[in-house]
Amino acid sequence: MTNNTLLQVENMGIQFGGLKAVQGVNLYLNNGELVGLIGPNGAGKTTSFNMLTGVYKPSEGKIVFAGQTLNGKPPYKVTQSGISRTFQNIRLFKDLSVLDNVKVANHWLAKHSILSSILRLPNHFTSEAKMAEDATAFLKIFGLDRYKNELAKNLPYGMQRRLEIARALAAKPKLLLLDEPAAGMNPQETRELMELIAFIRKEFDLTILLIEHDMHLVMGICERIYVLDHGQLIAEGNPNEIRSNPKVIEAYLGEEVVENA
Amino acid sequence: MKKSKIFWSYLILALVIYAVGQALISLNIIDMYYKNMLITMCINIMLAVSLHVVIGVTGQFSIGHAGFLAIGAYVSAIFTMKLGMPFIVAILVGAIVATLAGLIVGIPTLRLKGDYLAIATLGFAEIIRITFLNIDYVGGAAGMQVTQLSNWTYAFFAALITIIVISNFTKSRHGRACIAIREDEIAADAMGINTTYYKVTAFALGAFFAGVAGGIFSHNVFIIQPSAFGFLKSFDILIFVVLGGLGSLSGAIISAVLLTLVSTYLGNFPETRMIIYSLVLILVMLYRPTGLLGTKEITDLFKSKKKGGIDHDQ
Ligand SMILES: Nc1ncnc2c1ncn2[C@@H]1O[C@H](COP(=O)(O)OP(=O)(O)O)[C@@H](O)[C@H]1O
Ligand SMILES: [Mg+2]
Repeated sequence: MTNNTLLQVENMGIQFGGLKAVQGVNLYLNNGELVGLIGPNGAGKTTSFNMLTGVYKPSEGKIVFAGQTLNGKPPYKVTQSGISRTFQNIRLFKDLSVLDNVKVANHWLAKHSILSSILRLPNHFTSEAKMAEDATAFLKIFGLDRYKNELAKNLPYGMQRRLEIARALAAKPKLLLLDEPAAGMNPQETRELMELIAFIRKEFDLTILLIEHDMHLVMGICERIYVLDHGQLIAEGNPNEIRSNPKVIEAYLGEEVVENA
Repeated sequence: MKKSKIFWSYLILALVIYAVGQALISLNIIDMYYKNMLITMCINIMLAVSLHVVIGVTGQFSIGHAGFLAIGAYVSAIFTMKLGMPFIVAILVGAIVATLAGLIVGIPTLRLKGDYLAIATLGFAEIIRITFLNIDYVGGAAGMQVTQLSNWTYAFFAALITIIVISNFTKSRHGRACIAIREDEIAADAMGINTTYYKVTAFALGAFFAGVAGGIFSHNVFIIQPSAFGFLKSFDILIFVVLGGLGSLSGAIISAVLLTLVSTYLGNFPETRMIIYSLVLILVMLYRPTGLLGTKEITDLFKSKKKGGIDHDQ
């Protein structure tokens, strides 16, 4: 593990009942990298995210992030140590405003106590104002500030996806995990989103792990790609290597046959 | 900003309501019966608002709120009647014991995801009731006599403080954390919120103010009996919150006021009361399944501007 490694995963695996959903996953991310994690439906991509973020406890293996072992930490502690994520099935706080959705994510960075909020002490006001200001700044980057007071559930679908990323960023992560952020978007929206992802990565010095089902999409922006199939990594490399890897072609071909059947 | 102006106008409104109530009572314009109704109204508001923070704000289904009411009622009565402590001290001790009970029930159950709390609180309230039923020191089934120390002033300000505290809590990063848990616990967790801590905190806060309500209650009714704190009482409190609209503080207050009026006028016909309650509930479920106000506040209905989320003080 070099100085430049942000995340190191060794032999990570999980079983549900008898089913080995993910096994023997080894991967690393260097600081500042944008890496893709692809694979057919049901390959175990989301499950891997859930293990990295503490939603699931891996049955085996080790996850080391920025020098700390993450195994067994609950999700909120994982987030506070610098990993935040979006969800494949959008999980916004539907009845909260767009602004409040983002403010939930910078909650842990604020300091004012419950007592100070109940008694409306001066630091409640200054700290809440700072939270609103920070959250608004993130909304601006994502072109969402004009929707700031709308309820999250009233946003158009594409905007909801963007809001999820804005919210994840507001938690000030070093590593951002995006689970199929372009799912359900049209090609135009998808292209804009990919540009945005490239932009925030530079702007915030982020390391990004991007799950994508459509492998052509990640080819354009990722430096390295991991391919997962039936819970196991079957390939790793740069886009060109992945494109021509027979195992990858087979995994995806197999899926197309199923989909067309 | 204008926020503080709004706060002051609410406070003035509250003081006017207090003054009117006090005038009606001290000038003997209303009799004992209606004076009692006003005090009961304040107690019910406290119960509604304290359960609202658990169910409406945090989304944790607690159905044994009468248990905390009972603890507040009995413990405060023991402190005034048996130990000769001042009323205010007794109320606070009752509330603190209720909070501790809340922590004992809440910590183990709220760590789990899922509706374990409902079962635990239901059982807890019954255990509390049966415990008091079997303690001779507090009179068992016959009950315990309590001097009337509550009055309109105590009841009103206890309710007012309950509302201010819960409202300030809700409109802060802490309340937002609780609402996030209600909306999506997994996402809240993933955004860095210690969900167990906030669920337990909201639950303890609710237990505290239910305990305060208990102290005001027991010192208003001359005699307290375990039968007053059964499941039906918990159900009554639950109805305040559901009828008002889960998530709406003003909705909880309004339905507590309305239902206190209804049950006062139907007090002599308890069967009719249950029928009317059931009818009201059925009608609400048919025509307003989200309760009278849904998650909105009464003030949102008068806002001319575009509706937004919850308006937090900044
Ligand atoms: N909580 C769970 N219980 C049982 N099986 C699960 C659970 N979560 C995921 N799985 C299984 O793990 C496999 C991988 O799913 P997933 O990670 O969602 O795939 P994808 O690569 O499409 O994101 C699937 O077979 C799925 O059914
Ligand atoms: Mg998935």
